[in-house]
Amino acid sequence: MGEILRVDNMNVYYGAIHAVKGISFNVNEGEIVTLIGANGAGKSTTLQTVSGLLKSTTGDIRFMGESLMHVPAHKIVEKGLAQVPEGRRIFLQMTVQENLEMGAFVRGNEGIEESLENVFEQFPRLKERRTQIGGTLSGGEQQMLAMGRALMSNPKLLMLDEPSMGLAPILVEQIFDIIKELHKRGTTILLVEQNAQMALSVADRAYVLETGRITLSGTGAELAASDEVRKAYLGG
Amino acid sequence: MEFLSYLISGISLGSVYAIIALGYTMVYGIAKMLNFAHGDVIMVGGYLSYYAMFSFGLPWFVALPASMIVCACIGMLIERLAYKPLRQAPSLAVLITAIGVSYFLQNSALLIFGANPKTYSNPFQSVNPDGSINAGISLFGGQLTITYVSIVTIISCIIIMLALNFFTSKTKMGKAMRACSEDKGAAQLMGINVNRTISITFAIGSALAAVAGVLLCSSYTLIQPTTGSMPGIRAFTAAVFGGIGSIPGAFLGGLLIGIIESLAKAYISTQLSNSIVFAVLIIVLLVRPAGLLGKYVPEKV
Ligand SMILES: Nc1ncnc2c1ncn2[C@@H]1O[C@H](COP(=O)(O)OP(=O)(O)OP(=O)(O)O)[C@@H](O)[C@H]1O
Ligand SMILES: [Mg+2]
Repeated sequence: MGEILRVDNMNVYYGAIHAVKGISFNVNEGEIVTLIGANGAGKSTTLQTVSGLLKSTTGDIRFMGESLMHVPAHKIVEKGLAQVPEGRRIFLQMTVQENLEMGAFVRGNEGIEESLENVFEQFPRLKERRTQIGGTLSGGEQQMLAMGRALMSNPKLLMLDEPSMGLAPILVEQIFDIIKELHKRGTTILLVEQNAQMALSVADRAYVLETGRITLSGTGAELAASDEVRKAYLGG
Repeated sequence: MEFLSYLISGISLGSVYAIIALGYTMVYGIAKMLNFAHGDVIMVGGYLSYYAMFSFGLPWFVALPASMIVCACIGMLIERLAYKPLRQAPSLAVLITAIGVSYFLQNSALLIFGANPKTYSNPFQSVNPDGSINAGISLFGGQLTITYVSIVTIISCIIIMLALNFFTSKTKMGKAMRACSEDKGAAQLMGINVNRTISITFAIGSALAAVAGVLLCSSYTLIQPTTGSMPGIRAFTAAVFGGIGSIPGAFLGGLLIGIIESLAKAYISTQLSNSIVFAVLIIVLLVRPAGLLGKYVPEKV
């Protein structure tokens, strides 16, 4: 199992605010790795930096052996790294189909139909709503669209930022089933969650992020059993 | 018959406003800025076509695309040099910069072409065998004349409208443009090069300004460094009227402003026509703050 993503000593600032303080972690091919932590811990900042929207001032970010430190955000997607951002951020004024097409922006026309069919198979609800405007979808449907859109680029690594946010428990289950299904089909996943219980239950490995620092790491099962995590994130 | 003739000149004027308004609205939609230098690009396009046609003797159908290409490059250059460094700056700084670029273009034109208006002879007319000028089609036994310039203007506007509609709804680049105008961060996560998309938007807007320059100068038969100012302001009004950021809004706003202006001049008063246009604008904005076809999005400025 090769290493697909390696982050070394990442430091990110918003002006004077030091949001991510020298974290290092890695993701191996075929794994589900989760990054859990409370509000403001720096989880989204970390993902945005990996995606190139923010810059780390130190260290290195390597994707499939290649440094991303000087690669602009729009080129990173091309390399096979897709992100489903926090709050979904689908294009509200575009149709479901157009949103999905945007997901495949970096690809040529070849195989797009097939990818669309794959996404529709995964999310049959989106197929019914192909021509509907994104902004009129329900929250759960928007999350599915955001995931489907990211999958359209055929990513080697899919990063998900709080996919369960704002969803009813039954939909959370459904989203996690989909994550497991994607994993089974061979997609490597880096999952950011506040819902630590769900995240740890699917993860191979996990990192705990607290105010910009990684304070704990281990297998999903280890962390789920650890006292500290239970106290802080699993409600006792 | 008189009314019909005023209406047609209003539609023709409105078509020019619509073509200019598109530049404002597309740039606003994607870069969230008011490019006040847009009106002056019209003037640049006018001068370019003037020299192409009257110094180099090129026919209008060569001069027009040539001016469009040069203006597109100038538009991209303006964006690259003046606006791109201010991408993260407060909108007031960008606005003042745009006004600065506008003065820069006008004063450069003053320096290069001089202050005196030049005669821009209308390329959309022919000379009859008897030496008289044939400037348009005569209908109803000479009661109604539609100039060729008007016809060309209205047809250009329709072609541009159809082409842009196709571009934004059917092509990958056009859809990427819409994605950028909604959410630049998300667009980047799709692999869309936002800087390039903004640059292309400026190129399209400026090329359209060149078209407007040729059409305007042909119908007024004059060109001077301030040629673009007033039509620029009118078209900006039109863009706001139709809903800034909305492409169909720019067409509707342009046409309505043109028609209102033309009818107000004919039936009320030439002096008051400006006030009437703005009064209608204010009334529309009171009822629909986002303009006729705009979507109201509360914005921090
Ligand atoms: N644009 C910004 N400007 C200034 N500070 C920011 C900005 N975005 C985030 N921060 C700060 O950086 C820190 C980390 O934020 P981040 O969004 O990465 O947290 P998070 O772990 O994703 O939290 P949540 O679970 O609430 O999404 C926070 O203290 C936040 O206030
Ligand atoms: Mg977050």
